[in-house]
Amino acid sequence: MGFDQYHEPPDELPPAARTFARLCASLTEEAEAIGWYEQRLAVEADPDARAIMSDAQGEEFKHFSMDLEFLLRRTPAWREIAQGVLFQPGSIVEHGEEAEADALEGGDSGDSGGSSGSLGIGSLKGASR
Amino acid sequence: MNHLLRSLAPISDSSWKLLDEEASERLTTPLAARKLVDFSGPHGWEHSASDLGRTAPLTSAPCDGVTGLQRRVMPLIELRADFELSRAELRDADRGAVDPDLEALDIAAHQIAVAENVSVFHGWHGAITGIEEASPHERMALGETTDGYPRPVAGAVERLLHNGISGPYALALGGEQYQRVVQTAEHGGYPLLEHLRKILEGPIIWAPGVRGALVLSTRGGDFLFESGQDLAIGYDSSDAEVARFYLEESFSFRIATPEAAVVLEP
Repeated sequence: MGFDQYHEPPDELPPAARTFARLCASLTEEAEAIGWYEQRLAVEADPDARAIMSDAQGEEFKHFSMDLEFLLRRTPAWREIAQGVLFQPGSIVEHGEEAEADALEGGDSGDSGGSSGSLGIGSLKGASR
Repeated sequence: MNHLLRSLAPISDSSWKLLDEEASERLTTPLAARKLVDFSGPHGWEHSASDLGRTAPLTSAPCDGVTGLQRRVMPLIELRADFELSRAELRDADRGAVDPDLEALDIAAHQIAVAENVSVFHGWHGAITGIEEASPHERMALGETTDGYPRPVAGAVERLLHNGISGPYALALGGEQYQRVVQTAEHGGYPLLEHLRKILEGPIIWAPGVRGALVLSTRGGDFLFESGQDLAIGYDSSDAEVARFYLEESFSFRIATPEAAVVLEP
């Protein structure tokens, strides 16, 4: 069994970083599955088969969203940027640039953890001592 | 800018980064409760109460023919530890000093971590019911010497099993007890820490602030820490010499299964 989600030696990573990496890998897999179902649906003519694949793709939408929400809760700066981009009408690129500037540069805010100011500690479950 | 007023502090961005990193490092180790109970959130500073799913009766009604119930909630508590730092020290850090005096921040971080641990494990009178207060099990004596620790720990695990509480189980040890355990080798040289870990099949956690120890299940669903604003540093005020800050968080703590923990008295 491989552990390709780790870029650094797993033994050197704290539990929270390992959990984060697992969820990042899961997020990637869900996005890939959504893309695969999208392609299958584009070429499948059988209505029953399409219904099944559409239902399965809905599951992947849910899984992707849950993974994303978990990661955003653990990463204040990412959450801050996502809040400026997701579900906003208008230019995606402009919202992205503005959200990044607000969250990471923050003018003179000095908010290294995003403008929420949180230290981003969250759950420590899984720590060994 | 939010309620932490960080952008008003007369310190550089690199100083903020220094303070945040120092605080995170100092908090992660002693925050024992978060290593053992379920964590929900953070839900934001505006989050004021946890849903309990329960109601209280209302004795009156606005008109005939209707009845009403009032939803009950658990208000979040705000926990804060103030500290002040020398502005000259922070300016030196900007210049590249590798040893700025951040002792006041370190002390505040330890204090707020201890307060969180005590609130969860023992309770906060009038604000939070702790695991110790809620546990219906008769307390067990940890004993005077570490040689006797395996017996009550095994007894606590047996009691949880007897009550249908599955594992893995964890041991939260007060500072004094933890130090004793890591220093002790049993007859034959086998580390006591490893012996206890085999009994528990779960972690042994250093829990500063805890009096004695607790054995509890970490299977999930029994204890819920709900975070509003997770730990953050805010800015308070400053003068020519010092800048005043605070560490702050808001949270509630609820217990779904009081039977899922056993208290070991020192």
